Amino acid sequence: MDIVVCIRQVPEVTDAELEINKEGTEILKEDLVMDINEWDNYAVEEAVRIKEAHGGKVTVVTLGNEDSEDVLRTSLAMGADEAILINEEGFELSDAAAIAQGLYRAVRDLSFDLLLTGVQCSDDGWAQVGVILAEFLGLPYASLVVGIEINEGTMIVRRELESNTEEKLQIPIPAVLTIQTGINSPRYVSIMGIQKVRKIEIRGTDSEELGLSEEEIGLKGSSVASQKLSLPPVGEGAEILEGSLDEICEKTAQIVRDKGVI
Amino acid sequence: MDEIMVLAEHRGGELRDITFEMLTMANKLGKENDIAVTAFFLGHEASDLSERLKGACDTILLMEDPELANYNADQYLMAMETVIKSRNPTLTLIGHTAMGMDLAPSMAARLSLPLATDCVEVNLAERRLDVLRQIYGGKINAHLTMKPSDQYLITLRPGSFDAEVEQGKSADAQTVPAPSWTDLRGRQFLGYLEAELEDVDIAAADILVSIGRGIGKPENIPLVQEFADSIGATLSCSRPVADEEWLPKSRQVGTSGKTVRPKIYIAFGISGAYQHQAGMKNADTIIAVNTDPRAPIFTIAHYGIVEDMLKVLPLLTEKFAK
Repeated sequence: MDIVVCIRQVPEVTDAELEINKEGTEILKEDLVMDINEWDNYAVEEAVRIKEAHGGKVTVVTLGNEDSEDVLRTSLAMGADEAILINEEGFELSDAAAIAQGLYRAVRDLSFDLLLTGVQCSDDGWAQVGVILAEFLGLPYASLVVGIEINEGTMIVRRELESNTEEKLQIPIPAVLTIQTGINSPRYVSIMGIQKVRKIEIRGTDSEELGLSEEEIGLKGSSVASQKLSLPPVGEGAEILEGSLDEICEKTAQIVRDKGVI
Repeated sequence: MDEIMVLAEHRGGELRDITFEMLTMANKLGKENDIAVTAFFLGHEASDLSERLKGACDTILLMEDPELANYNADQYLMAMETVIKSRNPTLTLIGHTAMGMDLAPSMAARLSLPLATDCVEVNLAERRLDVLRQIYGGKINAHLTMKPSDQYLITLRPGSFDAEVEQGKSADAQTVPAPSWTDLRGRQFLGYLEAELEDVDIAAADILVSIGRGIGKPENIPLVQEFADSIGATLSCSRPVADEEWLPKSRQVGTSGKTVRPKIYIAFGISGAYQHQAGMKNADTIIAVNTDPRAPIFTIAHYGIVEDMLKVLPLLTEKFAK
């Protein structure tokens, strides 16, 4: 069972206060910690588990710049066997379709039984790339996958729907699946673990080698003409409780008591 | 053709709210641009269900086939391809739901249509499309202008428009034949799986104390449990906590979990992604505790505390112990 996993490096923004550049086109990333996209982390873990159960190899592919090597190393430390870096800064402002095009050029000549990727990225949140890849590759697919059971030439997958409901599907192999968080518990990667895979060579490629023209990457290759970012207005909504911690807690307790349900 | 097409979504004999939300938006754009609104309905023995859209669009296009009884990407892709190629609608709307997220990207790729997903606002003027999206987990607004095109495809975020769609139209019902299913890729629908039996029904609780990523580690859960006990509340959570299996999935509030409407909802360390908001925004009183003053949860909370939840909890528990 050979598996390709498409992953992406994203800024970790959960606890960060974000700022936008002067042009309003991008957030400022200098002070942000970069990490593997959460959904992709689950996809890598799932691929490694399938390999451990059924044999084969796992190849991780990412599209980014030299810094993206970090997420490839993390994946190798988790148990992936090979890594490909599409080193192309020009993809920075690409929409999902252009990113999928770039990844497609890199994976179309690989031999694999399964292609996995995360449902979406935590930055742009398009939730498109995996499904577009399936169409480019002419393969069956399922998105939002929360369970995979491999059988002979086919598999049973569970898709997450709304309201605590799932859908059970049968899908022939080869196929493309987009992985939802919670499908497994990704293993922890230590610095020692990353040290161990330091010698594994990462295969580099770029848009030239992949035959991608300038028209196919960045804004030029996208359906989006322009993107203007702004911070959502604050102050709408919540009354922020002020004072010392003790005063705040006292006020909160009063609000709760006043509701009369305790 | 000048037409806004809405892909109706239904499951188990019920229309999904998103269908009405999309019609609300489509009718608004239709009115502003003088374009007719068509609801495209795929199903099997579903004409009665499709009739329920009669007052909210100009045309109901019904395609019936046993293969369309339940959503399946293979068949839906072929059906959409057939209808879009023959009608060339200016704008096609699909829900940003488990169905739409599965269908829209491959459809856009197959038909070479420009696609913007997860839109919360949509403007169409002189055939130019602008959309508003929320990125970085709702922390940034992105205003997108799409390149000029004769046709656009978007997916609309659930809850962005009113599901109480204005009635008053009287749609003309037409049927279109299903294509012959020649280009299927072998994906088979086997059935729906409902959630397993639960320990507690969070939807029945008057007070919910809910935790998110801010809890940090499972060892901190007793701290929250103690507070919840002190006010007789039930413990619930956002997605990351259930993903980590720190609390069972049955405790998850949100789109893929449960929709709750307690009298008091206290959110500790929950940033408030829209999927979470969709599950709790109708609570009577919402109190949110988060270190980030820009956390999206504060836009729907009634009261906000910008503090570390782990500092707030013991003190708050003390207030009720007295």
